[in-house]
Amino acid sequence: MQHTSTQDTLVGLFVASGIVGLFFLALQVSNLSSFVEEDSYTITARFENSGGLKPKSPVSAAGVKIGKVRSISFDPKTYESVVQMSINSQYNTIPDDTTASVFTAGLLGEQYVNLEPGGSDVFLQNDGKIEITQSAIILEKAIGQFLFKSAEDSAEEKK
Amino acid sequence: MIQFLQYLGKSTRTSFTKLGRGTYFLLQTISGILSVLARPRLLLNQMYSVGVLSFLIITISGLFVGMVLGLQGYYTLSDFGAEETLGVMVAASLVRELGPVVSALLFAGRAGSALTAEIGLMKATEQLSGMEMMAVDPVKRIITPRFLAGLISMPILAALFSAVGIIGGQIIGSGLLGVDEGAYWSQMQANIDFQDDIINGVIKSIVFGFIASWIALFEGYDAIPTSEGVSRATTRTVVNSAFSILGLDFILTALMFGDD
Repeated sequence: MQHTSTQDTLVGLFVASGIVGLFFLALQVSNLSSFVEEDSYTITARFENSGGLKPKSPVSAAGVKIGKVRSISFDPKTYESVVQMSINSQYNTIPDDTTASVFTAGLLGEQYVNLEPGGSDVFLQNDGKIEITQSAIILEKAIGQFLFKSAEDSAEEKK
Repeated sequence: MIQFLQYLGKSTRTSFTKLGRGTYFLLQTISGILSVLARPRLLLNQMYSVGVLSFLIITISGLFVGMVLGLQGYYTLSDFGAEETLGVMVAASLVRELGPVVSALLFAGRAGSALTAEIGLMKATEQLSGMEMMAVDPVKRIITPRFLAGLISMPILAALFSAVGIIGGQIIGSGLLGVDEGAYWSQMQANIDFQDDIINGVIKSIVFGFIASWIALFEGYDAIPTSEGVSRATTRTVVNSAFSILGLDFILTALMFGDD
């Protein structure tokens, strides 16, 4: 009888350690904890070109992450990219004349949405829209323009 | 030539027959689940021999795998000046792949082979037919508790493997090599998703537990009841489990992490 009760304890400890392990993975390793405690509201911005932006890309203002991109879709009528962003509720004082632009972290880093607050006294509410946007800088396009321009310059010099 | 064709046909037929018997056996096992739940003592005893006894090998291997990942990841990432992402690398590879797969392989080697040998010997010493004589269904009494125990233990073991491995990577990464500890955890939390990574890892480990226990129990139940037959069945358990786990892992990975 003694033997079985030790065995029960060990099985209990085993199962408990498994649950602790899963909790550790959920809370310490993954972003579950940041999901639970943060309420958020949604704002939408329309970009001419959202570049390499992806769902879950960060949304930051003044270099601080304040939310993330929830979804990106293509509007077949206006041919624009519609980007929905979830912003943490604690940052609820974003003016409605804010500029949203798609930037790249570093030269090859991931792309993120940068919010540049304007001066308006009216703040964005849930389902609010950002009117002023600036598209992503496409590296190939920029290089192409640069090469084209430098070729033009050297052609003019020869004349 | 004719002989070769005969051999080919025969071996194909044997393997399909075996698969059929295996499926029938699996259905029989599953049909016994309710009667096992009515007698949890049987399940508890098997949880001990399948799960608790595998605890040590799983945690120690997990620790070392995590430490190796920390070392190797650091050497590669420091070339790009990206040591801070070490936590992401260690956690993602453990939670998504190495945790479920390596713990399932260890589980097949440690617990699966023991199950096959145990059941094969029960068959060889005619304990199973003895039970049938006493009108006790050996599948319900012997096989199903072991199957359920494997199914429950495997996700626990895989979660432990990943958790211990991540701590091992942290010990090496920030303790020995000087990666910032805050960056190790915060980068990890920013990039590992609960739904996409951890739940999928748990699903994987449940599937592996299912397949490893099924193969181990069926090979034991189907073994030729001689000492040589049992030894062959044990070998087949380890080989077939390893193949199925790695093959299934590929399919599951393609399904789960396909579009991202």
